[in-house]
Amino acid sequence: MLEKFTTIRGRAVPLRGEDIDTDRIIPARFMKVLTFEGLGKYLFYDERFDEKGQPKPHPLNDPRYQGASILLVEAGFGSGSSREHAPQAIKRAGFRAIIGESFAEIFFGNATAIGLPCVTLAPEDLAALFKAVEENPALEVEVDLVNKEVRFANRTAPLSIPEEAREALVEGLWDPIGELLQAGELLDEFDRRLPYPRRSE
Amino acid sequence: MGKTLYEKVWEAHEVRKLRSGQSQLFIDLHLLHEVTSPQAFGMLRDLGLKVRYPHRTFATVDHIVPTHDRTEPFQDPLAQSMLEALRQNTREHGITFFDLGSGNQGIVHVIGPQLGLTQPGMTIACGDSHTSTHGAFGAVAFGIGTSQVRDVLATQTLAAQKLKVRRINIEGKLAPGVYAKDVILHIIRHLGVKGGLGYAYEYGGSTVEAMDMESRMTLCNMSIEGGARIGYVNPDETTFAYLEGRPYSPKGAEWEEAKRRWKSFASDPDAHYDDVVTFRAEEIPPTVTWGINPGQAVPIDGRIPLLEELSPEERPAAEEALAYMGFKPGQPIKGVPIQVAFIGSCTNARLSDLREVARYLKGHKVKKGVRALVVPGSEWVAKKAEEEGIAEIFREAGFEWRYPGCSMCLAMNPDRLEGDELAASSSNRNYKGRMGSPRGRTVLMSPLMVAAAAVTGEIADAREVFGIGR
Repeated sequence: MLEKFTTIRGRAVPLRGEDIDTDRIIPARFMKVLTFEGLGKYLFYDERFDEKGQPKPHPLNDPRYQGASILLVEAGFGSGSSREHAPQAIKRAGFRAIIGESFAEIFFGNATAIGLPCVTLAPEDLAALFKAVEENPALEVEVDLVNKEVRFANRTAPLSIPEEAREALVEGLWDPIGELLQAGELLDEFDRRLPYPRRSE
Repeated sequence: MGKTLYEKVWEAHEVRKLRSGQSQLFIDLHLLHEVTSPQAFGMLRDLGLKVRYPHRTFATVDHIVPTHDRTEPFQDPLAQSMLEALRQNTREHGITFFDLGSGNQGIVHVIGPQLGLTQPGMTIACGDSHTSTHGAFGAVAFGIGTSQVRDVLATQTLAAQKLKVRRINIEGKLAPGVYAKDVILHIIRHLGVKGGLGYAYEYGGSTVEAMDMESRMTLCNMSIEGGARIGYVNPDETTFAYLEGRPYSPKGAEWEEAKRRWKSFASDPDAHYDDVVTFRAEEIPPTVTWGINPGQAVPIDGRIPLLEELSPEERPAAEEALAYMGFKPGQPIKGVPIQVAFIGSCTNARLSDLREVARYLKGHKVKKGVRALVVPGSEWVAKKAEEEGIAEIFREAGFEWRYPGCSMCLAMNPDRLEGDELAASSSNRNYKGRMGSPRGRTVLMSPLMVAAAAVTGEIADAREVFGIGR
């Protein structure tokens, strides 16, 4: 049984910046791997560490945000490459949900498929959440996928997420492999009917 | 009401609805490379699953291959292990693998079309965001993550959600020295890097109709940089002429039947679009980027914007870009010194790209102190370029002529920028650190503009350097 994501509670780390691309989330040189294990430590590597490996000022290096399980981002998060390594690194670094203004398409699909909910808030609610978390890093934030709202500091903000993704997360259907396999012989019918490239020289 | 190509292809491939409300979509052609596939094969093994239809998957190696010396084992043991894993996985599952030295190895988005694997009306998926390239043939082609690579291997299907369709018309004749690369940089500059979120882009209009297939591939390739996961052009006679006689294209009676079928996928004249945008070809200049995303671009004779010219939303990103690039607001982009010139990538490393540059480069020399590389898109492109004397023109001019691969575009192999070097590049992404150095800088442009930069040692207008259209 897959985990059902109904409510995610935790502290949040604010990560400002528009159009943060997957090369920043995990630089390509860390993708020379055969598994996803251990990718969490390379999350935002070049933003967090200098060329000598010394930590730079960055929210993820800030002791006040250690142990946070919700990542706060702005618009266009996860643009660029299709690398699943990006959401894998975020999840493996201990994050359980991402709240932002908008997400790149492929990133969103990859995150959903590995059980990492990405939800969006209206700009004014997101701005209030950033401010609240920056003022009080210990603030508890709740992402409620059932009632479609984010709660923090006595405030309730409606969240958005495509209904299919929400359904998949809440019902524990986010990894579709089991259901895809159930199509069985229907697949063979499509394979017989639809052309595929054949070498004919 | 008519239908778009996207809707027709979708309907022909929708297996059924899933409980979440998503669709189960059949994938005609699945392409693999070494970076995003090993974990997928690992997941298959863990689940005890097989590759269901191995005749629908084709693999090659491109991201990690060294382009200066391909002797194995590679100096980088991690790169070697990724190649070995792909060899092992394709052998074990009966998948065709275009290995190094096969004559068909190359960047996955170059070899698909070149071999005739890519065909109109297909759904095509690959664990690579530039899969949008194949849309040039009227295919619905998009990048997927590794878990989805697993899904396609195991079931030849994906859980997918239908996108909206935006028609992008480009009308008129492009000026001499202006290429498909300039068109797509211009489009992204105007619609933004998030403009395509939720959309498939259908490119059309007289400019696109007049483009050859390789230009259409450049156009569709960078749809993803504009936020659109899919970009396509309706199939026409140009498409069919390109495909005829390719190794995997249908032959004989099947060819005529295939053409009839392919034509039927083209968008109907009365198709409904969720949005329509029109650009004039005459208004598109040679375009270059100045920042750290592909939307931060200006005409070659333009200036980097002043902060007050930008909307409040654009300003923080612009300030970050200026600081990273070491540029000043209002500064002309022309004349900025470069240290590296890179012609390559799935955007611009096809034979027609190299031919066009060679036509003008002949007799010119790379400026002293500039490191200039040409990385052909495939072994076949490299071979043809040698036969046509193109490779020699590049070498003569002082370019290093390399083996095919993705190379410096994302620097997973030894080709990379050092320190804060600035590269004039025909690739597709100017993100921070993209070309391998955490401080490295990238300026995107057409291949001919890269050649102009290589020759002058600075960002330059190819029309002036090579006397085009004067």
